[in-house]
Amino acid sequence: MERMPQFDLRRPASIAEAAALLAAEPGARLLAGGTDLLPTMRRGIERPPVLVDLGAVRDFSRIDFADAGLALGAGVTLSQLAMDGRIVHHHRAIAEAARSVAGPGHRSAATIGGNLCLDTRCVFYNQSEWWRATNHYCLKLGGDVCHVAPQGSHCHAAFCGDLAPALLVLGASIELCARRGARVIPLSDLYRDDGVAHLALEPDEVLVRVLVPARSPALVSGYRKARARGAIDFPLAGVACALVARDGVLAELKVALTGTNSRPILLAGTEALVGRGIDEATLSALGKLVQKQASPMRTTVTQSNYRRQVAAALAQRLVRELAGYEPSAARASMS
Amino acid sequence: MTKRLLALTVNGRMREDAVAANLLLLDYLRGTAGLTGTKQGCDGGECGACTVLIDGQPRLACITLAAACEGRVVETIESLAIEGRMSRLQQAFHEKLGTQCGFCTPGMIMAAEALLRRNPRPTDADIREALSGNLCRCTGYVKIIESVQAAAGG
Repeated sequence: MERMPQFDLRRPASIAEAAALLAAEPGARLLAGGTDLLPTMRRGIERPPVLVDLGAVRDFSRIDFADAGLALGAGVTLSQLAMDGRIVHHHRAIAEAARSVAGPGHRSAATIGGNLCLDTRCVFYNQSEWWRATNHYCLKLGGDVCHVAPQGSHCHAAFCGDLAPALLVLGASIELCARRGARVIPLSDLYRDDGVAHLALEPDEVLVRVLVPARSPALVSGYRKARARGAIDFPLAGVACALVARDGVLAELKVALTGTNSRPILLAGTEALVGRGIDEATLSALGKLVQKQASPMRTTVTQSNYRRQVAAALAQRLVRELAGYEPSAARASMS
Repeated sequence: MTKRLLALTVNGRMREDAVAANLLLLDYLRGTAGLTGTKQGCDGGECGACTVLIDGQPRLACITLAAACEGRVVETIESLAIEGRMSRLQQAFHEKLGTQCGFCTPGMIMAAEALLRRNPRPTDADIREALSGNLCRCTGYVKIIESVQAAAGG
């Protein structure tokens, strides 16, 4: 890789100080685990003059369980999430999503806040400076053409964070802190359908905590992803599901996708499947919903149509697993 | 560029060094501290050759800023042998031929060391998961896994 460019490093002791630094230093970037930002800087994609390292902020990696729900400091690492027995038991989708990210050496550094704010990715963007220059750059950075869809005026880089869909199906919200105060918004409001600017954050806002409401005891959840390499790879498609099944009937169902669009999406229309039996017809309807709303473009070397189909298959498989629906005839027809 | 004073513990010893903000932990260990056991492989966080322990957790030194290790405890492959005697894990890699060309070995051993401290009796699946971020270009994974099993008493 290229040499690390020069920058000034600040290590604030509090979130308020971090927000003040962001406001005072245009172009400054927050640094948490750095597993994505630092390689991106070495590729010349990010050139922040100042890095605000959150590693010294107190209470930034706290996990609080209470009757009202779970509060996760934005600095909680993915290995903390994957190994916390309470999270594995109560919010399995979060633990499974965290465990599916990269390798152990990344997970012990990478944070939930960083994963939620992960930059969008594209095969034309996550390349070295000379590669991008030779290709006349792209709409996301330095150029004026999206090589994925050259006729359009839209960047199609895909959001590939694994935690967002797991948190979306669990109804999570996030707490943001800026100089003028804090606000809490639904996690879905963090994202915009724009590969260039997919985060709806003010320049001086810091993601402080992730709030997950207490689950009903019957709710079960999970996360599955398809990827080219079994470890250290971003999702070609990732699917989280949370559901309640009673006597073979869906009483609640939420599904969310990542890796397929420029933002993670909570699948619309799943309420139409509530009240239906968990059978091949219901799973087929679910697959159609996923295929209609997932819109993978050629942002990876894997074909878009495969990613659309695998997203649907992962959703169907996960619902079957979570609901305990495993007839052998159904398995044969799905393969 | 201005430098800052970095105070940390490396292999049991307190150190203080003036480091640039953009110095990577890998270059700090190899260049400043003279600990060349930690290897530079892909240099982009994808191969695990530079795995070291920070506060007991496996971390990739090539995507970690040295300055972000202020007050932390860093352990490298050099910390394992005591008075020239290899640790049990190192000995197991030696005896089970888990080391082929040797380049990925320091990272493999440090990743396995983190596992065995947390889980002294790992299953085969535990070992594979713990080493899933470490690439061996000699493709000798079977011997590597056997080495970790042997060190764990299996």
